[in-house]
Formats: sequence, structure tokens, C-alpha cells
Amino acid sequence: MVQPLHMLKETPSQTAGPYVHIGLAPSYAGFDIFENNFSNEIVGPDTKGERITLQGRVFDGSGTPIRDVLLESWQANSEGKYNHPEDFQAKEIEDNFRGWGRICSDFDTGVYQLKTIKPGKVPGRNGAVQAPHISLWIVSRGINIGLSTRVYFSDETTANATDPVLNGIELVERRQTLIAKRNEADGEVVYTFDIYLQGDNETVFFDI
Amino acid sequence: MPIERPNMLPTGPKPGEYYQRDRDMQPPAYTPIYKTSVLRSPKNALLSIDQSLSELTGPMFNHNELGPLDNDMISNYAQDGEPIGQRIIVHGRVLDENGNGVPNTLVEAWQANAGGRYRHKKDVYLAPIDPNFGGCGRCLSDDNGYYFFRTIKPGPYPWRNYVNSWRPAHIHLSVFGPSFSQRLITQMYFEGDPLIDICPIVKTIPDAEAIKRLIAPLDMNNSIPMDTRAYKFDIVLRGRRSTLFENRLEGN
Ligand SMILES: [Fe+3]
Repeated sequence: MVQPLHMLKETPSQTAGPYVHIGLAPSYAGFDIFENNFSNEIVGPDTKGERITLQGRVFDGSGTPIRDVLLESWQANSEGKYNHPEDFQAKEIEDNFRGWGRICSDFDTGVYQLKTIKPGKVPGRNGAVQAPHISLWIVSRGINIGLSTRVYFSDETTANATDPVLNGIELVERRQTLIAKRNEADGEVVYTFDIYLQGDNETVFFDI
Repeated sequence: MPIERPNMLPTGPKPGEYYQRDRDMQPPAYTPIYKTSVLRSPKNALLSIDQSLSELTGPMFNHNELGPLDNDMISNYAQDGEPIGQRIIVHGRVLDENGNGVPNTLVEAWQANAGGRYRHKKDVYLAPIDPNFGGCGRCLSDDNGYYFFRTIKPGPYPWRNYVNSWRPAHIHLSVFGPSFSQRLITQMYFEGDPLIDICPIVKTIPDAEAIKRLIAPLDMNNSIPMDTRAYKFDIVLRGRRSTLFENRLEGN
């Protein structure tokens, strides 16, 4: 016999189901209940940095866009600092920039959209520098446990080339699945990031 | 309004990475018994990455963002009376795998009404909508990780998986923790429900002991006589290493 470890085990995940909007974004379910709702617009007037829209669709294995998906985003500010007490970098962070967004895809088109700023580079492990990126967490009916991925930016080729996570993807072609394409139209910057759950272009998902 | 940052962190030496997820306890992506997962499950293996600042950090919330009735589903959507059904309290603690309470973390809940119908424009089940029931609530855990909701016991409902599949009564729960790597959505079931054992979604979990951890026992001690019964449900998020010899997670 050995001493018991007395560790608890993580609660098992269950699918968010088709009605996830009721709990996390009631206006999408079709009603109004809370005074304060979380949203996909995460910048305020005094947030520094380049305003961007991140948009795309999430495709299932038949190539059909998933129209009841919910995504959450997590990112640093334009200086590369996270609004979190464990980020000890000597950098400023805007008081009202949480860096987190909650996004529902459109029930008709499946398009999701995040209104944010482009994040800065953030520290990696052992002195490495990570290219600017936004972390995404994806849930929906049919997804048993939330999927984690990252969005990188097509105009950051130099930083992307040395990013430790991108470089950890063995098949070089699959790295492209994490790079959002930049477009500028009417003075607006839009990055397109389509997510493929299966198929030839299957997005790289992480066990973090 | 500036976002306050309540203290969510353990005191003492600076802790390290979060423990790896036990994938033997968690449902895999591809579970043909739950048919919708067939086309929505990645086929490639997940890529294991070291946790960096991007994974160790995560969003925080504060009391100013919530309304006083947000955790009371009996009254937070009441129009001209109270919702129909069995009055219950759902309460417990948000813990980590080390057994420590997770303080000030956002817990969100949603559910069907007593007849098994959701207030959702996509739900067309023939049971009626309850005019006094929204079916969503949220709260922050307290300094010890304790949380509670007051609600109506949800009804089971049918769904098209097999021809005659029924969901056991359940409440959906969403939890954060201080790190985005702890993000979790789950479902709470009720002790004694015969539908639990035959539910394809429950069966996506490959471990019988793990399934038991989703079943809330009736808690008579916390029931209110002549008013409301209680069910206790603890939620465990990933824990983290307490000693950190490689002290370079931020890279400087
Ligand atoms: Fe449900």
C-alpha cells in the first residue's frame, strides 16, 4: 500500500447542446433577461491598437457551415499584455480592456464575427516570443468537449516564422490552418478565419 | 466602467502549469452513439502544447456585472406570477483538482422548464413555454468557491438521436476558473433519474465513475421545509502544480 494522493478529478465535459445561447447569450435565443450581456465587441473608445474584425465560418465534415456554434476569444492588448494578475510584464493595460469576447454564429449564414484590436506579441516559454495571436474556444451541439485553437495573422510572416506553437506543428501545410487572411476594404481591416472540424483543411486543435 | 480584478489566485509560492486533462475521463470528440458528433469531431490528434501566458491567463468577472436576481431563475423572468414546477436550490462549490475552492469565478446555468421546453427560438417541442420562466441564471462563486442557484426542476425532453431518445432532466453549467485552459461546459443530472443510464450524451463519457460525478444527490439538510428541496453539485476544474522549479513561464 502507498499513501493516497487525495486528488480530485476534473468534472467531465458535456456538449453545450443546441440551446447554449439561452445561458450564454440569451438575446440569440430570442429573449431579453439580463441588464448586462457579454458580447463580440470587446474594444472601448480608449482601447489602443488597430481595430480589426475577425470573421469566418465553422465547417463540419460535410462542408456545411455550423450555424449554432458559440466561440470565445482570449487575447492580449496591443502591447502584448493580458488583463490578468499573473501577467507580470511591466506594460500598461487599459482599465476596460478585458480581452475576452463571446461570439455566436449567425443562424442563417453561420458567419461569426469578433470586433477587437490586433494583439501584440506575447512572451512564450523560456524566453521565446510568440507571434500575435488570439486564442479561441469553440463549443456547439455535437462537440463533446470545447475545442481550443489559435488565430495568427497573415501579415505577421516574420513573427509567425519563429512562433514556438506554429513551429511545433509537424506538417508544415497544416500551420496555414491557423493563419487568418488580412483584407482591407473601405478603411476597415477584416481578417478571415474559417475553421474546419474535419477534412483536408482540418484546423489544428490543441490539447493545452 | 473599469473592470475590477478580484483576487482569484492562491496565496503562497507562485504555482505552475495546470495538470493535463485526463482524456480517459473526458468524452472523446468522436462518439457515434451521439450522432451529431460524427461530422463535428476532428479526426486528427489534438496537438499537445506547453502552457504559456496565453493559456495560464483568462477572463475575470466582478459582481458589478451581474444583477441581484441573476442567480434566481424562479424570479428573474417572472412576469405575472411564479414559474410552474418543483422548486429547487442547486448549490455546491467550484473546486480545483487539489481540492481548493475557486473563488470569484463565473458560473452560468441554463435549462428547460418543468415541461422540458426551452425558451429558445429553435426549440419546437410541443410542451408549452412557461410565461414566467426564462431558464437562465448566473452567479460568481464566493471567496471559498461556493455558488448557488434557485430554480425549477427541469423536465426531461425528447430529441431525435435514436427514434425515441429522451434527455434525462439536466441543467447545463458553464464555468471559467482563472485560466482559459480550465474553461468547461458540463451538465448536471438528478439522483434517481432512470433516463441517465440510457442517454447517448451521458454515454459519451467513457468512464462509469466519471459519470457519477455529474449526478447531484438530493440534499435534505439544505432543503427549506414546506418550500424548496436542494441538490448539491460540486464542480471540479483542472488543478495546477504547486511547486515550480522551472520558473520561466513568462519567458523573462
Ligand atoms: Fe439540454
